[in-house]
Amino acid sequence: MSAAKGEISSFVEGMGRVALLACEVFRSLFTVRLNWAEFMKQMHFIGLKSQFVVLTTGASTGMVFCAQTFYQFHKVKMDTATLSVVGVAMTSELGPVLAGLMVAGRVGAAMTAELGTMKVTEQIDALRTMATHPVDHLVVPRVLATVISMPLLTVLAWAVGIFAAMILASSLLGIESAFSLKHMYFYSDEEDIFMGVIKALFFGLLISLISCYRGLNCRNGAEGVGRATNEAVVHSCIAILVSNFFLTLFLRGLLY
Amino acid sequence: MIEVSQIRKSFGEQIVLNSISFTVKAGESVAIIGRSGTGKSVLIKHLLGLLSPDAGAVRVEGQDLVGMTERELLGVRQKFGMLFQGAALFDSMNVHDNIAFPLHRSGVTEPDEINRRVDEVLGLVELPGVGGKMPAELSGGMQKRVGLARAIVHRPQIILYDEPTTGLDPVVADSIDQLMMRVRDQYSVTSIVITHDMRCARRMGQRIIYLQEGQVYLDAPAEEVFNSEDPQVGRFIRGEADLKEVDFS
Repeated sequence: MSAAKGEISSFVEGMGRVALLACEVFRSLFTVRLNWAEFMKQMHFIGLKSQFVVLTTGASTGMVFCAQTFYQFHKVKMDTATLSVVGVAMTSELGPVLAGLMVAGRVGAAMTAELGTMKVTEQIDALRTMATHPVDHLVVPRVLATVISMPLLTVLAWAVGIFAAMILASSLLGIESAFSLKHMYFYSDEEDIFMGVIKALFFGLLISLISCYRGLNCRNGAEGVGRATNEAVVHSCIAILVSNFFLTLFLRGLLY
Repeated sequence: MIEVSQIRKSFGEQIVLNSISFTVKAGESVAIIGRSGTGKSVLIKHLLGLLSPDAGAVRVEGQDLVGMTERELLGVRQKFGMLFQGAALFDSMNVHDNIAFPLHRSGVTEPDEINRRVDEVLGLVELPGVGGKMPAELSGGMQKRVGLARAIVHRPQIILYDEPTTGLDPVVADSIDQLMMRVRDQYSVTSIVITHDMRCARRMGQRIIYLQEGQVYLDAPAEEVFNSEDPQVGRFIRGEADLKEVDFS
């Protein structure tokens, strides 16, 4: 019981500290000159180099979801509604969540490991002694790059997922393309796209803040870096899945 | 210039610094010695505001660091240069960029001026031409020298050295000592050295502060400390264990 209490109190304290880090990031963003070199490096690492993993995830999810939906809809003769469901699900739910989980695994882990190693080898202290705030120099470029990259990666996941589903539907499942597409356009709203983009932005913020926080507060050498990296990925994934539910409810009320 | 007044610091139950006070005047060179775990590195981090004491005050040129925000401390830290125990070079940057970093931070933007000053300090630490190498390509001694170059390039008023010769062979340790003395004499900077190496302490310290169990046990001119008849200080300087403390069973 006391262990559970300790875990909860540590989690709440951690979230509070992440919120304080967010405040510091926003303050730095508007008061300190951006470290462009680091920002471009992070954009390349997060935005460009995450494309393969996001493309693969988007394509496989789109196809599996299309096949499963088709097998159920086929029973009630609603074959041409398959792509509509895939379209709505990919844009508002699956696209941002899966892109978020992939980015958390690939980018969040790398961010925490890099900052954690800098912390335990005193490179963060060296930065501070050279009159440089670690948030300005390290955190802001990473947060900004993740927040910008996430919606772009999510849109990529949608496009590839829906395209892969369309190919599967017309070539293997025998669904009439013209009707399918017409239904998809008819049942998909701009609001689904807005919702997906807003979620992607928010998940990008969560992943980068949690990962940077874990890295900057890493202790105990190599073991500590490993633990911090593990915690960063687990906490980012949990934060994405939990916040997705509340965002869906909130944005449904706001946008629709 | 630096005034440490009654500072206390604990980590959990463990008291690391227990009412430590001393002052360092401008241009003075002080060596802080003491056995492992007596709080030397923790103390030096308080001088920069990297750690905040539980009680007491740390003043640098009259400014009390305690209670300052991280952003307020950045201004104070521009007066300092620090050589870390493990050099703490940025492993994502090459040697040139590592050394140029404090120059950028202190507002030097002209590329020619940056290159000139980087080359100047690389010459001073006897590593000309290594600017393009990455830290991982350098030996431990070379990394320390690059760390020293980075600590002095922006001409700070105060330089802190955290165990500068630890882990180095005697020849490289000697070259680091020589460099530190050259920097001290050439730039007339205030120097504070934390060390276990008595040769380094003797060469660098005009004054020696001996820490024991988180307290200042002795604070005296170097000659007085090295000729001390106090058995504890004497044993430490000669590197002799107290046989009563050693359990051979």
